[in-house]
Amino acid sequence: MIQYLVRRILYAIPILIGVNLLTFLLFFVVNAPDDMARMQLGQKRVTDEAVQKWKQERGYDKPLFYNPSAQGADKVTSTIFYAKSVPLFWFDFGHAEDGRDIAHEIRARMGPSLAIALPVFVAGMLAYITFALLMALFRGTYIDTAGVLLCVLAMSISGLFYIIGGQFVVSKLWNLVPISGYADGLSAWKFLLLPALIGIIGGVGASTRWYRTIFLEEINRDYVRTARAKGLSEMRVLFGHVLRNAMIPILTGAVVVIPLLFLGSLITESFFAIPGLGSYTIDAINNQDFAVVRAMVFLGSVLYIVGLILTDISYTLADPRIRLQ
Amino acid sequence: MNMPFKPVLLSTDALIFLLVAVILFFVWYIRRHEHLRAPWKKVARDRRGMVAAVVLAGFVIVGLLDSMHFRPRLAADTSGRAGYAIDVTSVLDVALAPLRTRSEKTYSAPLATHLFAKETVQLPDGTQARVFPRLVHGGRHLANPDTDRAGDITRRAITGVAIAVLAWNALLLITVAGLAHREQARMQETWRRLWHGETETPWREMLVTIGLLLTVFVPIAILAAKYHVLGTDKVGQDVLYLALKSIRTGLVIGTLTTLVMLPFALLLGIMAGYVRGWVDDIIQYVYTTLNSIPGVLLIAASVLMTQAYMDSHPELFETVQQRADLRLLFLCLILGVTSWTGLCRLLRGESMKLRELEYVQAARAFGVSNFRIMTRHILPNVMHIVLIAVVMDFSGLVLAEAVLSYVGVGVDPTMNSFGTMINAARLEMAREPMVWWSLAAAFGFMLMLVLSANLFADAVRDAFDPRIRGRLASPAFLSKYFRAARG
Repeated sequence: MIQYLVRRILYAIPILIGVNLLTFLLFFVVNAPDDMARMQLGQKRVTDEAVQKWKQERGYDKPLFYNPSAQGADKVTSTIFYAKSVPLFWFDFGHAEDGRDIAHEIRARMGPSLAIALPVFVAGMLAYITFALLMALFRGTYIDTAGVLLCVLAMSISGLFYIIGGQFVVSKLWNLVPISGYADGLSAWKFLLLPALIGIIGGVGASTRWYRTIFLEEINRDYVRTARAKGLSEMRVLFGHVLRNAMIPILTGAVVVIPLLFLGSLITESFFAIPGLGSYTIDAINNQDFAVVRAMVFLGSVLYIVGLILTDISYTLADPRIRLQ
Repeated sequence: MNMPFKPVLLSTDALIFLLVAVILFFVWYIRRHEHLRAPWKKVARDRRGMVAAVVLAGFVIVGLLDSMHFRPRLAADTSGRAGYAIDVTSVLDVALAPLRTRSEKTYSAPLATHLFAKETVQLPDGTQARVFPRLVHGGRHLANPDTDRAGDITRRAITGVAIAVLAWNALLLITVAGLAHREQARMQETWRRLWHGETETPWREMLVTIGLLLTVFVPIAILAAKYHVLGTDKVGQDVLYLALKSIRTGLVIGTLTTLVMLPFALLLGIMAGYVRGWVDDIIQYVYTTLNSIPGVLLIAASVLMTQAYMDSHPELFETVQQRADLRLLFLCLILGVTSWTGLCRLLRGESMKLRELEYVQAARAFGVSNFRIMTRHILPNVMHIVLIAVVMDFSGLVLAEAVLSYVGVGVDPTMNSFGTMINAARLEMAREPMVWWSLAAAFGFMLMLVLSANLFADAVRDAFDPRIRGRLASPAFLSKYFRAARG
């Protein structure tokens, strides 16, 4: 187990290097720092001095990979790559355009992001799996067909519609919860209720349908027939036996996103003005704050890889036959 | 040479026509091979799938009309040399010329005769008053709008329904006659079978769908000649026109994205699965790396970069439309590059399975080259996966466009799309009374497009490989774009 984990973590290193190089290529090679400076300072009437000053302030005036004018080890370290991309490995994200420390911002904004993403994830999983099991229970009947059609319909509606419609009906017409905003501590619940609900509804179509197919694949197996032959009720068969055996595909899809919950959801957070990492990213994209976007890309990849490792561990918990070697 | 117009082939147009050519080729090819025709026959028997196909066909026609672009010739100037307009127009624009040109000052509600906001106007007697001014175009033919409007609209709508019914009956007659001719049966017998739903292809359901579409859209077309059926937006543009123009953008993103990613996914997936060894390791490394970056962020980063590139190279584009079009193509490319990994992994797994089968082993024993085995024996046998992936990705991509445009990394703001429509209308929800028609139009058209695409995709998947659903349509695969966007 330990050995396996060490190997997986070692395997993650080349992937993170790949991600780092890719983002570096995207942000500095495809687009020279000069172009970035011009874009930040406004397209027209930018003097060369202003561009130079902008680059110098941010340390973008060095060569990309190799600095021939420097001495000794500085040939490698006095470059943009070493100064901007390598520190990402120890989570030193540098500063945003407005001068704030990105790592500090990320720490402060993780809480609100998690406060909305975690309830959506947990309640959503429970709801989708229950719906899917019920549809499997009524398989082949009109209830099942209607359920599938409803799922397809729900999948076909844009996520933006749920958000805009929900804000309009619940907040504006019925005046139940505030339209948007956030508060610290426990009083945040009334700001989180609507976005959480919308988050759950938004995913109901695709997820329920997917879980239903997983359950239907299990339902004709031998062990299910044995369980029925023993006289167990259909409910017991479904919730006791089918659900447990369908855990592997469910975990494959679900565990990997758990670490990503920290990143929050871009759209929901920006519509509801929740000061999480999602709205931070959106703001950065709109302000073309490349340092922040780069940090988020790297952080996202790290969390994804953590998710993959967690998935493997969760397999051993769900199915004792699986051993990690 | 003085042509009345100068044809313009935008980059996405070229790809669309290429796609149409490829589809036509495959239709011709499949018709000649019985074993390839069988699954398609199954699709043609699927009721839901064929109804969806009819609706989709309507969207495709609008999209294709909107893809034939040209620049009309301007009147000759003083030097006698004629130039061409800067604006690129499409055949659809010509067909919808009344809708395009008759813009109002600002918002007006659907079928309204007056503007949505009060304005201060100078009355003939010199005093000023706050009134809702009459629209410049919508309902201008009415002498007394307050009393005549309802009657006029009803009259036009009834005329439209009557025309639709007539047209539908004609279509019914043609279909029955055609079917009777093909089956060498009497018209009456064919009609009876069709009406009782006994035909193999669900003609009855398809004809009913066409009838419903006609009864909705013919009256709209007739009303649109005199009114703004779906109202006007902030700068007074007809919302119906905007919605129709958005269809092409949705179709382009839904189809071209998978088209541009196909070569990558096919080549790398089959190579990884068939050759194995270090090739497999490298390809796996590449797609794991790409996959580990959250989709939205990679897309955002790439779009920001192309935007910066295009801003610093304005000389590349002749017209605004060309610029917007190139950005759309870049968006497709970026979406494609970030989304080919799922398909690639599937193809790798399938190739790994196929390479152990007897017929491939036999080919290898005969000394057939690896390249030939891959193209002759592996490729045709994974094509059904490609097809299913293409049709299943379509709807997700159309929805993703709206989200990306909201984030600010979608299509060019000057380009009509559902995303830009929603984005522009979103802020007006706070107005009192509310401006709802732009949003309703965008969401309504989008729902129709995506729902029919989803239903059609289901039919295709069921016909080609019903077991694939568990592996392909997982939320993780579908929500590649939404991983950070959804909760």
